[in-house]
Amino acid sequence: MAEQMKVIYERPKSWANKVTHYCPGCTHGVAHRLIAELVDEMDLLDKTIGVWPVGCSVLGYDYFDFDSVEAAHGRAPAMATGIKVTNPDNFVFTYQGDGDLASIGMAEIVHAAARGWPITAIFINNGNYGMTGGQMAPTTLLGQKTTTSPLGRTPQDNGFPIRVAEMLAQLDGPAYIARVSLDSPVNIRKAKSAMRKAFNAQIRGIGFSLVECLSTCPTNWRLTPVESMERVRKEVMPYFPLGEFKVVEGVL
Amino acid sequence: MSNKVLMKGAEALAEGAIQAGCRYYFGYPITPQNETPEYMSRRLPEVGGRFVQAESEVASINMVYGAACAGVRVMTSSSSPGISLMQEGISYISGSDVPCVIMNAMRGGPGLGNIAPAQADYFQAVKGGGNGDYKRIVLAPSSIQEGVDLFIDAFELADKYRMVVMVIVDGLIGQMMEPVEFKTRVDVSTLKTPEWATVGRHGRDHANIITSLTLDAPGLEQWNLKLQAKYAQVELAESRIEEYQMDDADYAIIAYGTMARIAKTTVRIARAQGIKLGLLRPITVWPFPAKQIQAYIGKLKGTLTVELAYRQLFEDVQLTLCDKMPLGWYGRGGGIVPGPQEILTAFEEQFGKGR
Repeated sequence: MAEQMKVIYERPKSWANKVTHYCPGCTHGVAHRLIAELVDEMDLLDKTIGVWPVGCSVLGYDYFDFDSVEAAHGRAPAMATGIKVTNPDNFVFTYQGDGDLASIGMAEIVHAAARGWPITAIFINNGNYGMTGGQMAPTTLLGQKTTTSPLGRTPQDNGFPIRVAEMLAQLDGPAYIARVSLDSPVNIRKAKSAMRKAFNAQIRGIGFSLVECLSTCPTNWRLTPVESMERVRKEVMPYFPLGEFKVVEGVL
Repeated sequence: MSNKVLMKGAEALAEGAIQAGCRYYFGYPITPQNETPEYMSRRLPEVGGRFVQAESEVASINMVYGAACAGVRVMTSSSSPGISLMQEGISYISGSDVPCVIMNAMRGGPGLGNIAPAQADYFQAVKGGGNGDYKRIVLAPSSIQEGVDLFIDAFELADKYRMVVMVIVDGLIGQMMEPVEFKTRVDVSTLKTPEWATVGRHGRDHANIITSLTLDAPGLEQWNLKLQAKYAQVELAESRIEEYQMDDADYAIIAYGTMARIAKTTVRIARAQGIKLGLLRPITVWPFPAKQIQAYIGKLKGTLTVELAYRQLFEDVQLTLCDKMPLGWYGRGGGIVPGPQEILTAFEEQFGKGR
């Protein structure tokens, strides 16, 4: 019987076989899994350097078997630039949350995108600062209650949420910019496909790539995992539409 | 035949770094050191290196951090306000045990201040600046030639101890021209990628992780103790001083960098007037050459610390000599550079005619 059994699902080889510290229902684990699967499938383990953020995924380097560095808050794109310049044939990605990338690190991500050098950013948009306890982020929706917008975010007091993918797609530097969602099996499959294109944009030397992942934060949203997925579909997607915002020629 | 060439300081120091094997430079424009990045942008591609103009000093230092993690010889340069912006990155680099070199062409402060020569970043350079318990090696050349020679040492020390090495100069050294000779040339092909570098596994049996994060307190304490042990070793082995006209000196000026260079003339004027004055010039301001200065306890009648700042270097002199002899001080700030006679007048005001 054994010889007839075919492996259809297994632990990715680039996964460090550790239990993550993420909350139940959080989609960091899904995004991590997709990265590990692609590193395996694209045979990148030996040439990958992950650049990790400050935020819930600060310990992301513990979960993978490739080389990693831990950046200062928001500075991952600058650090990735320094790493890529020294070894252009390596595969260098940043993994950043919305506070990290869209607030304190906005200058670094915009200029990395504008330079257009082939590095890849995986951008986790869960609408709040998860690790510090659910404060308002640049991506917090209008009306959304957080620990620092207890009555709900208002444009008067807090300005408007930032659509990072659309904004960076205006620049000439990027080769591939997409927004995906990690709320459902079909969207996770689409997310993996977008990440594959982003990785390819780097490997083929075409340019900078970014995949924004709509993600959940059940603990700080005060919702169950299932309710969190529903909230992504009902409330988050209308403001942050899914899609590819930039695909230059040659990106597969 | 001499191989000396006439060069501007900021460019000669850049060439010194290249001769030391530096192949990567990340920086952001700021006066008075713009000739350094400009020179790097021309020169590095010629030697197979890369120059990157960053979007800010914050980005510069984090690009340096990234390249340092790859185990290459990398540097940035800036001036006081820009160095302030780099403090976060310097702390992270120090907390991660990776090497790099940073040059600070110090200017008048605080705030935007001005672009004239100053030494008011002394505390920031030798005592801290960023968060946490860390140290950098800080080299303070007082001529262009010495700066060029010290760049070789800067990169060697950075690699040896896996530390940030800072070279502090000022606009005066950066902007003047002097004949320099490049005596040592590091063959970069002999520099090996360190085994800890994050350059991709490429067959290595484990992943390399570079981080300054240690969440458990006992673990972080152990890490701090390791750093402290390293710093103690550096203090023992690497402090340097120039002792000028000290053999028969009754008094000594203590000064570094540009200020020491001017104080040498003061020493010569004083000697011509029969005052037995010498100069103690720290070349490393961290580690501070305390032992070498303490050797003069019982021999000197007093010291005059002279600096382009307000009692910063003086604080280290006080810690070194305590009440073992009279300690005078003279300093100017805001970019004012005193002449040799002005220093002598300050000496005479505090120590009489030195007899």
